[in-house]
Amino acid sequence: MGILFEDDNFALFRDGFLQTIELSALSALLALLLGTLLAAFRVSPVPALRGFGTAWVTLFRNTPLTLLFFAVEFGLPPLGVHFSHLTFAVLALGGYTASFVCEVLRSGINTVPLGQAEAARSLGMTFGQTLTLIVLPQAARTVLAPMSSVFIALPRNSAIAGAFSVSELYSVQQTLSERGYSIFAIFFWVACAYLVISATVALLFRFLEDRLAVAR
Amino acid sequence: MRTRRTFAVALCAIALTATACGKDGSPGDAAATASNAPKLPTYTVKTDAKLDGSPVFAEAKKRGQLIIGAKSDQPFLGFEDIASGDRSGFDIEIAKMVAADLGFTPQQIKWQTLVSSQREPAIAKNQIDFYVGTYSINDERKKLVSFAGPYYIAGQDLLVKADNTAITGPDSVNGKNVCTATGSTSIKNIQPYNAKITQFDTYSACVEKLLSGEVDAVTTDDAILKGYASKYAPKLKVVGQPFTKENYGVGLNKDDAVLRAAISDALKAHQDNGDWKKAYDATLGLSGSAAPQPPALERY
Repeated sequence: MGILFEDDNFALFRDGFLQTIELSALSALLALLLGTLLAAFRVSPVPALRGFGTAWVTLFRNTPLTLLFFAVEFGLPPLGVHFSHLTFAVLALGGYTASFVCEVLRSGINTVPLGQAEAARSLGMTFGQTLTLIVLPQAARTVLAPMSSVFIALPRNSAIAGAFSVSELYSVQQTLSERGYSIFAIFFWVACAYLVISATVALLFRFLEDRLAVAR
Repeated sequence: MRTRRTFAVALCAIALTATACGKDGSPGDAAATASNAPKLPTYTVKTDAKLDGSPVFAEAKKRGQLIIGAKSDQPFLGFEDIASGDRSGFDIEIAKMVAADLGFTPQQIKWQTLVSSQREPAIAKNQIDFYVGTYSINDERKKLVSFAGPYYIAGQDLLVKADNTAITGPDSVNGKNVCTATGSTSIKNIQPYNAKITQFDTYSACVEKLLSGEVDAVTTDDAILKGYASKYAPKLKVVGQPFTKENYGVGLNKDDAVLRAAISDALKAHQDNGDWKKAYDATLGLSGSAAPQPPALERY
């Protein structure tokens, strides 16, 4: 169990842990922004935007994440797109998670009674104003619980990036295994690290739920 | 409107399929198909093989089948064609020549794919009779298994494009992009030379990046690299300046000294009659790297 404090393992583990957090945080940000945009597309009155939103969700939600990493890491460079490995990973993970965020948000939007939007429109609000001022704030409250599941899954999905040249926790596990430490001890510490991240995300959402709760 | 939607879908589809389309070095155009390519040797099966006092051999004879552990993902070294189930490569040839001297035909060999971490447990539990697959002899492993050989001396080397003249050895990788497997010991060995290291799960991913020019070199044991150089001949070459030393041996049960001696004898016999060199020429030799001298055996 003490392997973490032997040799220079702690520095390696810490760097992997921070890399996982950085990757997860950036991907979460991208997923949230892109997911919201996609949800807006999917409920918009413009058929082309609706089509784009649907196509994105269909493609990204139904493709295994490993395959998406492959597509980004091996598909984009031949087309002349060169980014760091971390950026590629953020694109794959963020784009994938965005499709889930979009669907969760859309379900939330659909729970807001149609009368709310109609009332907003009859007051002369534009589609954008209706969505951002009236519908989304109400939808946000109902989607917090399913959204927390999506964002707890995200850091754990980020482990796939370890196979694509991002030195995060998974690749730390690979390195320690290769150095011959006990497999059980390695997995114990890696599991602890993911637990810390997931628990923090869960707590954050619990806090948000309390803050946004309204007496009905 | 309709065209814009179609365009968006097409764009996404392109992003996904580009990987497959971008591949221009299919295995079919490898040098192996050339008419004057070296042929694999065939080995005469000894019908009178007798190993008194070897429990592993006695068990195999009773079973009528020899169970050999090998790798399946190293082209021209230890490779399994998933479609046909055929095994090929230098390690596979070594296993076949040993099997022939123990009295087993290729049809009587049952192959078992084992990755590196599974080797010691499988040998210790007698799940396989012996193992041939880039298995480095070292003292740590000798506590758990024993080794016949070495049958090949490998060393960490660099795989580069055939027209690359800038990389001539580990001293010239300063600032270059070098790719290897995630978490492997190869990373530790190349780090002092200040290369920029890229890591993928598999060497084939690294080779893909080398062919597309995104990395400058791939590093690991030269035997593995020669296998890839053979597969993509003549596009790639192995630099030929190994900077570590690994003795590949045949791994077997720790206590079966009789079998160990018999495998050593078989390796020696096939080195002497030229089978070793023929096997090399028809597999790793296709990379353009000339056959080294077969190593001297270490018996114990």
